[in-house]
Amino acid sequence: MTVIVSQLFTGVSIGAVLLLIALGLSLTFGQMGVINMAHGEFIMAGAYTVYVLQKVITGAGWSLLVALPLAFAVAGAMGVLLEFLLIRRLYARPLDTLLVTWGVSLILQQLARDIFGAPNVQTRAPDALTGNIKITDDLVLSNNRLFILALALLAVVALTLVLRFSSLGRRIRAVVQNRDLAAVSGIPTGRVDRLTFLIGSGLAGVAGVALTLLGPIGPTMGTNVIIDAFLVVVAGGIGHLKGSVIVAFALGTLQSLVEYSTTVSVAKVGVFVAIVAFLQWRPQGLFTLRTRSLA
Amino acid sequence: MLDIRGRWKGVLLPLAAILALSACGSKTGENESTGGAVADTSGDTVKVGLLNSLSGTMAISEVTVRDSIRLAVEEINAAGGVLGKKIEPISEDGASDWPTFAEKAEKLIREDKVAAVFGCWTSASRKAVKPVFEENKALLFYPVQYEGLEQSPYIFYTGATTNQQIVPGLDYLKSQGKTSVYLVGSDYVFPRTANKIIKAYAAANGMTVLGEDYAPLGSTEFGTIVNKVKASKASAVFNTLNGDSNVAFFKEYKSAGLTAATMPVVSVSIAEEEVKSIGTQYLDGQLTAWNYYQTTPGAANDKFVKAYKAKYGQDKPTSDPMEAAYVSVYLWKAMVEKAGKFDVAAVKSASDGVTFEAPEGLVTIDGATQHIYKTARIGKVGPDGLITEVWNSGQPVKPDPYLKGYPWATGLS
Repeated sequence: MTVIVSQLFTGVSIGAVLLLIALGLSLTFGQMGVINMAHGEFIMAGAYTVYVLQKVITGAGWSLLVALPLAFAVAGAMGVLLEFLLIRRLYARPLDTLLVTWGVSLILQQLARDIFGAPNVQTRAPDALTGNIKITDDLVLSNNRLFILALALLAVVALTLVLRFSSLGRRIRAVVQNRDLAAVSGIPTGRVDRLTFLIGSGLAGVAGVALTLLGPIGPTMGTNVIIDAFLVVVAGGIGHLKGSVIVAFALGTLQSLVEYSTTVSVAKVGVFVAIVAFLQWRPQGLFTLRTRSLA
Repeated sequence: MLDIRGRWKGVLLPLAAILALSACGSKTGENESTGGAVADTSGDTVKVGLLNSLSGTMAISEVTVRDSIRLAVEEINAAGGVLGKKIEPISEDGASDWPTFAEKAEKLIREDKVAAVFGCWTSASRKAVKPVFEENKALLFYPVQYEGLEQSPYIFYTGATTNQQIVPGLDYLKSQGKTSVYLVGSDYVFPRTANKIIKAYAAANGMTVLGEDYAPLGSTEFGTIVNKVKASKASAVFNTLNGDSNVAFFKEYKSAGLTAATMPVVSVSIAEEEVKSIGTQYLDGQLTAWNYYQTTPGAANDKFVKAYKAKYGQDKPTSDPMEAAYVSVYLWKAMVEKAGKFDVAAVKSASDGVTFEAPEGLVTIDGATQHIYKTARIGKVGPDGLITEVWNSGQPVKPDPYLKGYPWATGLS
């Protein structure tokens, strides 16, 4: 019994990680339709922000708290820059966007290698997060995973509130549903695109901060997670936050439960088969977005 | 007349082209069968090849190996070279891609006509270049610990084989009263072969293997594996994970409340460089099995560490594969000097019994296996990120790549 509970917890926390890395993408890819292969490198930028910050702020706890908004700003700025310099010229050409952003991702990886060196770097986690909460001897909830779960939920709530109630959110939704009509209604679609990209990329930076608690911090960390992020967004239904949330937690739980009784590779295969089967049944993903655009 | 119909043309023409090409190939092959790929040693210098991944995922580790080979070459040149000739290193990038390794090996041997090649890290890259060296009768010095069960006549193995690293690691666990182990490894040839050996050892030594899990290379999600390890209540973990996965594994291990005191982990792929990138916070007190540590005492090591840091930076640690690569250049020099010439066959037959006062202590080449006698060492990671020895084999262990001297290992090879 405890095994199932602890595996469920692991599954939910894998889901939380998936959700964090996919959340920004569900905005830029899901809402705007931009296939941004450099999204993983924004995650990497967020992680390196913690590393650099810890050279200035030595307290591990404070540096992590300061890193969250700072990583959002750093990755967000990179996203805006990318949108302004390249992506906005390629809105009608999705394949070119894919290639260009992939090139950008390679350049950013090499840049990280040149600045920080090829080997992974380490950050210190605050003591409060390396510990755990003991429920029974066998059932232990690790603090860093609880923290990431809380962070993911917080990000979802914040993003939902922004999209639903703020004027920026209304404008983003208007542009997604019908770009031309939004434009003739006086919405500056270019600026809305840039702001959407700011939020989406900024969330990638926050995900990067969370990943420093779990795994390696190195130039290739972004490429390790980008495929999973795209899977979540595609299976969740393009343009739907709700879909991404459900799919992230479903995949995480599926992965951890299958993995416990088999192996990592079998679980990965299982997850892929489940996604392929699911997309056969619902090619548009879990939720569909009905838009008034003609495309 | 042969009528080549339209639908056959597409098959026959390329086939003819391939046949024509292979005919050319066998012609050059004939030249070699008389003399092998002859190293060009006519000038004032002798060329050697450095074959390491300078880009891609393996670059992190292999660049340090390349650096220590260069250091050895410089030291030898400063002391007058080999047989009066200065060594001219030619570096090629294997790019963490196994076919590229084979291609570059071919280039070094045939075009540059090097006298010997130093390099390769992963077993996959070694397996890829092995036929190239055998076909051209050229020499490769391979400096990394590996899974054993191999003995190419054209490769000298200066890293540990299993009975100089894994078996001593298990002996140590046994001597510490650890009766059960959990095996965690990356999913490729080295961990799977190593674990086969570990299971055979355990069966013969009253140890139980409580579980065995493999993560794909580069995997960074260890929640479930650590849960399984924890639930198994094993008395120790034997870790053959490679690369980035170690970082995620040890972070998860610590946050699940497992420590070196409750369930120690013995790792065979974590050296000083890796400790730095995983974070000492997560590794404090964990065990490693190697033949050399930066802290290994002795004048030869003091000199090596000092020279390396002076050349590449004070913050750069030295590690086992780096030391083995450094040693391999000196061993080659000693073999050439014993043979009196650079000829591959002569160097090979001169190899048996050649010794070198290495940073890890005295090493001796075993001519029969072309491996070297090495002292096995178990180390403990300290809070400063350096590894200190807690046990050693007392004397260099005779290499036994096929584990012929171990009754429990029959049937493994």
